[in-house]
Amino acid sequence: MTDTTARVSVTKEPARDTPVPAPAPRRARVWRRLTPWIFLIAPLALLITFTYAPIVNMIAYSFTDWDGVSPELHYTGLENYTELFTRSELFEVFFVSGYYLVASAIQIVAALYFATVLSFNVRFRNFFKGVLFFPYLINGVAIGFVFLYFFQDGGTLDSVLALFGYHSDHAWLGTPFSANSSLAAVSIWRYLGLNFVLFLGAIQSIPGELYEASELDGANRWHQFRHIIAPGIKPVLTLTVILSVSGSLSAFEIPYIMTGGATGTETFVIQTVKLAFQFNKTGLASAAALVLLLIILLVTWLQRRLVPDDKVDLV
Amino acid sequence: MTSRGTTRRALARTGVYTSLILATIIVLLPLGVVFLTSLKTDKEMTGGSGALTFPDDPLNFHNYVTAFQDGRMLSAFGHTAFILVFAIAGTVLIGSMTAYAIDRFTFRFKKLVVALFLLAALVPGVTTQVATFQIVNGFGMFDTLWAPIALYMGTDIVSIYIFLQFVRSIPVSLDESARLDGANAFTIYRKIIFPLLKPAIATVVIVKGITVYNDFYIPFLYMPSQDLGVISTSLFRFKGPYGAHWETISAGAIVVILPTLIVFLALQRYIYNGFTRGATR
Repeated sequence: MTDTTARVSVTKEPARDTPVPAPAPRRARVWRRLTPWIFLIAPLALLITFTYAPIVNMIAYSFTDWDGVSPELHYTGLENYTELFTRSELFEVFFVSGYYLVASAIQIVAALYFATVLSFNVRFRNFFKGVLFFPYLINGVAIGFVFLYFFQDGGTLDSVLALFGYHSDHAWLGTPFSANSSLAAVSIWRYLGLNFVLFLGAIQSIPGELYEASELDGANRWHQFRHIIAPGIKPVLTLTVILSVSGSLSAFEIPYIMTGGATGTETFVIQTVKLAFQFNKTGLASAAALVLLLIILLVTWLQRRLVPDDKVDLV
Repeated sequence: MTSRGTTRRALARTGVYTSLILATIIVLLPLGVVFLTSLKTDKEMTGGSGALTFPDDPLNFHNYVTAFQDGRMLSAFGHTAFILVFAIAGTVLIGSMTAYAIDRFTFRFKKLVVALFLLAALVPGVTTQVATFQIVNGFGMFDTLWAPIALYMGTDIVSIYIFLQFVRSIPVSLDESARLDGANAFTIYRKIIFPLLKPAIATVVIVKGITVYNDFYIPFLYMPSQDLGVISTSLFRFKGPYGAHWETISAGAIVVILPTLIVFLALQRYIYNGFTRGATR
């Protein structure tokens, strides 16, 4: 190839972000074409190794009876999946997510309320903001211990109730309903702050004149919330809903630390971790994990379909 | 009309403050009680000291000593710091490079690359661990500090996104004038883009730092050996030996929470900004 052809193809190249100065010799051109890839080698390598390769492997494992260690594995077709959907105890863990879903709904409403209240003039505003947000920053294990003590017999909760003259001998983590509700309440305590801060940020990005104008028109706080705040924070609200649903389905830390999945508090992820790392059922665990992944992707996709939101795009 | 309006407003204000105070109590009470418990002696605890009673000696730091020594908290802090430094440095480097490449170049398969990163954000890490485990194991990183470092660096889509926002706000004319002066893409990245990304770097350091410091799942799965505890897993191990010794467990929990509190009080404003920027992708 001669130098001329190289030049011709340079001029033919579509317009770039940066104008191409002088026609470059062939070597420089190849080099320039390689440049973005040099920047992307490490990120892409990590992305493929730790995200996509596992997904592909997981799909492959899910059709086998592999135990995760032995070199031997047998292709078993859809056996893992039929086991998953027919053995009811393997599927029941999904009902536990229901508690966390209800908790998420409460959490979103409460976060919206506090974000609205604290975006207007309130005394000690920064103090309240800090208090509400801080739990989100606390280590999950520490939170688990704090609340184990909170729900203990004669622990924090019982002592507080006794102050009001109510003496309970209720084992808060003793029955499935009460234990799951308690754990879901802890997850509200922990994650409320994140939703709150996201909402607060969104509300504060709404121009202040809108409130002033609406006040002149005689709007009260509820009207302002309904017609200015709610539409203004819709993108964040949608994001929060996605995060809440996928968070509820993949609840792990708090129940694992506090009850280890006992008394009917086993969540899907706890079960999968146990299947894979305690009972060495890598094949079955992979099938389970894949089912969860598909459900979460489906929820996200549905949600995007129902509430189209162009702001979520990356580029 | 006006008087009714003002009473209604006063009522609303009372309601608002009541709710805020109630929320404050709900947040602070469990933490406060654990702090009180951490100052109590073994005897007080077995003597049936109620959760809300004050410790006999408010300066009894004995439990902290026990937690620190027997719980091996010092080495746990060391491991956590080691992981933090590498994971954060890696995340900053990888995130900024990815953002630079995506924003400043047009290249073949760019759309595909962006889609790959975007799709990865939708995959919750916990679901793929079963298979990720085999890969980490295959690299011989299992039960070393490098396993969590590699996984945290992996692809933090949030930090890539934060960097992307900032790279976009840096005028392309800066790149161009540098290029006219003979700088190549790497020089431009190193001398112009990276230094201008300081606010984004601060955000990523804060958000990533908190995530890594608090993470339990990854160190729990990938570093089971006793000698490799990070603060989460070391604290988790309190559950066995100290089973009923709530005063020691409480001291351990406070030891872990305290640094977070200090950092939070010092950097409040940046932390809020970081999270709003980090999560509202």
